[in-house]
Amino acid sequence: MIRAVTLTVDGQSIEVPEGATLLDAATALGIDTPTLCWAANLTPVNVCRMCVVELEGARTLVPSCARKAEEGMVIHTDTPRVRTSRRMVLELLQSSVDTSTAPDLLAYAKRYGAEPARFGPHGPPANANERDAHHPGHHHVPAGAEAATVHQPRKVDNELYIRDYGKCITCYKCVEACGTDAQNTFAIAVAGRGFEARISTEYNVGLPDSACVYCGNCINVCPTGALMFKSEADLRDAGKWDEAKQTTTRTICPYCGVGCTLELTVQDNRIVRVMSPPEVSVTNGNLCIKGRFGVTYVSEGGG
Amino acid sequence: MDLHPISTPPTPEEVAAVNAVLGVDCAPDEPSGLRDAEARRHLLLPVLHALQARVGWVSPGGLGEACRRLLVPPAEAYGVASFYSLFATSPRPQTVVHVCEDVACALGGAEALCAAAEARLGPAGTPRDGAMWVRSPCLGLCERAPAAMVTKAGETPLTASWGNATVDELVAAARAGAGPERAEAAPAIPGVSLRLLRRVGVVDPGSLGAYRAAGGYEALRRAMEMGPNAVIREVTESKLMGRGGAAFPTGRKWQAVASQPVRPHWLVCNADESEPGTFKDRVLMEGDPFRLVEAMTIAAFAAACERGILYVRGEYPLATARLKHAISQAEAHGFLGADILGRGFSFHLELRQGAGAYICGEETALFASIEGFRGEPRSKPPFPVEVGLFGKPTLINNVETLCNVPDIVLNGGAAFAKVGTAQSTGTRLFCLSGHVSRPGIYEVASGTTLRALIELAGGVANGRALRAILLGGAAGTFVGPDDLDVPLTFEDTRRIGATLGSGVVVLFDDTASLLPHLQRIAGFFRDESCGQCVPCRVGTVRQEELLARISNRRPHGDVSREQALFADLSQCMKDASICGLGQTASSAIESAMKRFPDLWEGA
Amino acid sequence: MEETDVIVLWGSNARDAHPIFFHHVLKGIRNGAKLFVIDPRRTSTADWADSHLRLRVGTDIELALAVAREIIHAGLTHDAFLANATEGYEAFKAHVEPWTLERGEATTGVPAALIRGLAHAYARADRAQLCWTLGITEHHNAVDNVLSLIHLGLLTGHVGRPGSGINPLRGQNNVQGGGDMGALPHKLPGFQDVEDDVVRARYDALWGRPVPPKKGWHLTEMFEAMRRNELRALYVIGENPAQSEADAGHIKGLLTSRDILIVQDMFMTRTAELADVVFPGSAAWVETDGTVTNSERRVQRCRKALDPPGEARDDVWILAELSKRLGHDMGNPTPEQLWDELRLLSPMHGGMSWARLEAMDGIQWPCPTEDHPGTRFLHERLWAQPRGGRAAPFTLVDPDPPVDQLTDEYPIRLTTGRRLDEYNTGVQTSQYKNPLRKRETIDLAPADCARLGIEEGATVTVTSRRAAVRVTARIDPGLHAGLAFMTYHDADDVDTNLLTIEATDPKAGTAEFKATAIRVERDRPHGPASDLHAAHA
Repeated sequence: MIRAVTLTVDGQSIEVPEGATLLDAATALGIDTPTLCWAANLTPVNVCRMCVVELEGARTLVPSCARKAEEGMVIHTDTPRVRTSRRMVLELLQSSVDTSTAPDLLAYAKRYGAEPARFGPHGPPANANERDAHHPGHHHVPAGAEAATVHQPRKVDNELYIRDYGKCITCYKCVEACGTDAQNTFAIAVAGRGFEARISTEYNVGLPDSACVYCGNCINVCPTGALMFKSEADLRDAGKWDEAKQTTTRTICPYCGVGCTLELTVQDNRIVRVMSPPEVSVTNGNLCIKGRFGVTYVSEGGG
Repeated sequence: MDLHPISTPPTPEEVAAVNAVLGVDCAPDEPSGLRDAEARRHLLLPVLHALQARVGWVSPGGLGEACRRLLVPPAEAYGVASFYSLFATSPRPQTVVHVCEDVACALGGAEALCAAAEARLGPAGTPRDGAMWVRSPCLGLCERAPAAMVTKAGETPLTASWGNATVDELVAAARAGAGPERAEAAPAIPGVSLRLLRRVGVVDPGSLGAYRAAGGYEALRRAMEMGPNAVIREVTESKLMGRGGAAFPTGRKWQAVASQPVRPHWLVCNADESEPGTFKDRVLMEGDPFRLVEAMTIAAFAAACERGILYVRGEYPLATARLKHAISQAEAHGFLGADILGRGFSFHLELRQGAGAYICGEETALFASIEGFRGEPRSKPPFPVEVGLFGKPTLINNVETLCNVPDIVLNGGAAFAKVGTAQSTGTRLFCLSGHVSRPGIYEVASGTTLRALIELAGGVANGRALRAILLGGAAGTFVGPDDLDVPLTFEDTRRIGATLGSGVVVLFDDTASLLPHLQRIAGFFRDESCGQCVPCRVGTVRQEELLARISNRRPHGDVSREQALFADLSQCMKDASICGLGQTASSAIESAMKRFPDLWEGA
Repeated sequence: MEETDVIVLWGSNARDAHPIFFHHVLKGIRNGAKLFVIDPRRTSTADWADSHLRLRVGTDIELALAVAREIIHAGLTHDAFLANATEGYEAFKAHVEPWTLERGEATTGVPAALIRGLAHAYARADRAQLCWTLGITEHHNAVDNVLSLIHLGLLTGHVGRPGSGINPLRGQNNVQGGGDMGALPHKLPGFQDVEDDVVRARYDALWGRPVPPKKGWHLTEMFEAMRRNELRALYVIGENPAQSEADAGHIKGLLTSRDILIVQDMFMTRTAELADVVFPGSAAWVETDGTVTNSERRVQRCRKALDPPGEARDDVWILAELSKRLGHDMGNPTPEQLWDELRLLSPMHGGMSWARLEAMDGIQWPCPTEDHPGTRFLHERLWAQPRGGRAAPFTLVDPDPPVDQLTDEYPIRLTTGRRLDEYNTGVQTSQYKNPLRKRETIDLAPADCARLGIEEGATVTVTSRRAAVRVTARIDPGLHAGLAFMTYHDADDVDTNLLTIEATDPKAGTAEFKATAIRVERDRPHGPASDLHAAHA
């Protein structure tokens, strides 16, 4: 028997089942809370701090995605403190990461009036694998004129998907999808620490030498386009990625008997991307290599 | 688990290092399901230590062997290894000399020492003749600045640290892979009735017999006569508050764990003393190790903990050695293990070493570290008393906090509370360093004024005028000469917008230029941020950049713009960071900039 | 699967063959369920097991008998369920009596302690799932294998309750749907018996044509009929028997000697290459609208996202046009019209309107009415008091070893299976740039390789009683001595099914892909290289 908990959000009283989060409560009231690292099919890691809200009586803001609702809590989701932190999170990200293919983040930045340029121009990109070789606990004292970034060359080591960590906001979603929340393959983890924390295979080996099984469930959850179908990246590079010409269709995977829903993005009668909707109970937003990448035979000129 | 192995085969040396922790692999074909993996994961950190110590770095072959034995995914193991600064994930010389450049040492000539080291040994981080030197955050030897530490890998690995380091010693250490022989100084504290320090420097820390002759283990016997509830009652009555920085009432914490129905309960001693400027726990562990072991046993008895972990920072080789010895002596004489003192109570205590990560002093990060994961804090609630180590109810206390317990048990909570103020009871240890005449550890009654404490230490060194005091460490606050009459209690310091933290008192005389120290603090937090949450991961970088601009007198626009930027930055870090590190990363800097506004002009 | 206490995967390498199903298993494990894997190989699935029972190939019935006897002897049967829901238990009890743990161990090679562990964990669990795949069904006695597993569910009552069930995992996205739709020789859509006059009359009335009153042939029977030359014309839709059937050499001969062979496929398969007429079909899952049914009986909507290439046509259009040319005009029915016709004829689909299928992301049959939510699990009726429907019978099943027996001449047991990144005959999966793709190998046990002087990567000749193929050897520490493994994903490289035996189950028609007797020989070095080698030696 699940008990109910009553709390107040922005002056409105709401009852939620025990175990529900503040985000659940806010969403139930129709309050649109920005999130980056949260996803319905992943365990909340509350690292992006985008969703913070003010809880009366608490010293700091609290992450609504992870904080469980308690009886009598009084929550404010749109105070100056909340807005400042959300704006700053966006400024910090935009000043250090290429967010050009992160639609949600760009929309939030607009909503909260983020001005990342306050920190100065972006510093130069790192060389390939430079950030991966960083030893924790040591860094060069900065001059401060430019804002340090995570910009770096793309990692392209297979024909299915690319890793563009200059676009990575380290939201942990890919690690969770590759690990305990879905795939349990653990090809990637967070390595290093601090500003040099990064998503990495063991010793930064390429994906073909890693545990990766190319399920692409990391791509499915990536909020910034840091992980991208190579077919999409190639089209974008060629200036041919055209969302106006695209259709999105849900169908069922042609392979085994599990019946995974595929969400196909089609451009010019070609499948350019395969995603999996998180709300479908069969897949929880996940696929295997065949469903993700092995379906292009219908549009690659046949066999 | 269907783990993908690392393809590099291990060398015999790497296998030996892994076997030294795990024993020889006799059943390679056994099942390897999730439960097996979960049961082994906590051995990852000890195995990484063994590889680093034996091989000189965490090599692919060695890590692969560790992963195979422990059922840890290689990517995760690499993520853990690359988290700690005392582990290397690329080849490096067998001998590494670490030179402390943190706040106290910086005031004690660290920069000159580093410059000399560079002249003699080459640039920091550059291998030369099988050795290299690196800059290090606080080594906890602040009373003997500048401090150094040497690590040497091999069949008989070595870690040694020492104070008042000279460049000749650094060069000799790089050559020999060993530190100089140096008698440690017992803290000489005049004029105060000592509680915590009474055996330090007096009683042989290596002798259980000497400890017992000096009253040791009477408290445990007494506690067992009283029973757990009475022990907790006395601790509660003593009004003892946590000495790690958070000042939480100890009795309440013990009661909360004792009353948890979920079993087992864990006891953890947080001996990851890493706050720059702090060395009090080291002195207690080095000087009176049995006291801590006894105190932990009492705590375990009171809160019904079957197992305990003593997590000591990796930079404390002497404390580690003495505690290991104390634990084995206590086990051998029936003071630890099964059926302690023949009273049917069992408590197993194990020492674990950190590996160079300030964040692991945060309690939930410390749990993650013990469990074999990256030392990343998690959100609270749930609190450790409910969901702590391995997800079980956990009593976690700081070294100094625990060391107060035997006296409370023997003399009663009321007697303990007679010293100090009504709210802040007992004595406290303070770590005085920087521009002070007699740097060292001082035990004074809570409520002693800052002025009295400094006078006890002989005042500002060389008779100079005082410019500022850093109270509470890098995560603390700067106060000025006007604040000297503040009584050193949690509540009084809070009243003036300062904090006691872990008892750090670093003096800056009127010759000190503060900005470089603020930059050092900013750089420290940037290095020590775990990198999980955005406000801290990027905020600490932006904070350091901002200070660099101020220091270089090249602000973006006019200074008021930088001030607004800093205000936003520090508010976001305080409000939205996951843990105390990010929440306090701007506090010392903010307090200094506020107290000394001319710093904004690059003064 | 996520809310259960014990999961038994028997003859199923779900980690590789049903990856997303295995996600649910993993959630179950993380929620505390214990996993038992019964497989001759140390598969990636077995790597997740709390207990892995490595039985000898083809001894599943023996193992199940020993497990059953242990459950009975330990007093762990669910007596109330047995009484209410089953029949024939007493005879079954007597039948399993000789199957002691010791005998089980001697026959299957699984240590008695592990057999006992499985029996006790499965029987004591509040909830337990038992799943199987082709490791059970690709045998000449597949039906007996399945029955012997079902008995375990009946003994313990792990049937028809939330978190408890016995589940075959379907290998293809619509193998369930094909059956649902009557693509079986003895069933009309909705699993209605074709020889039932009442049922057939409804079809006759709606279609205006009589449905043939006798059941037809299943695949194996068709090949037998071809051999007798009774079956002279063959129309193959979306199958590739020239590659997928055991003893492929013989099958090709049968196919090419028909009066006419028509193949409708989206690829020019090996079978299509043999055809007199090829109809270029379309990829039903993405070039047409329709439905499929997955392993959990969930009817799901496929939707058209692409136009078929060139002259390829919708399969329904091809059939309708063919029908027209043969003198019966079906018109040009839309998928929804066809579906509504099905709903009229198949009661278990009656409540699944097109709109509901769209809105609900699929519905699990039976779903008789539009207010029915679909059925999450079957056989709940067995728990009803009084029981609904007929009792679940125990059947006396005896072991029967693989047909292709091991001898000194063919001493190694070859079993076959699927890899994560490939699918069946590889027609679809050979197309994408798959970083996991490896050349076809024969996986051999380290002990056998040592004995035969075979090193990793050596070319070996694999010989069965039917054929020989050359293939690269791979040493797999997960194989016990005497066991070898191959896939049939890449017949252009290595035609594994030339080796396999065409021994089939008389009821199900499934072939014994899982048990072939082979010998493996290292290719003798010859030519200049070997001379050089000899000179150095």
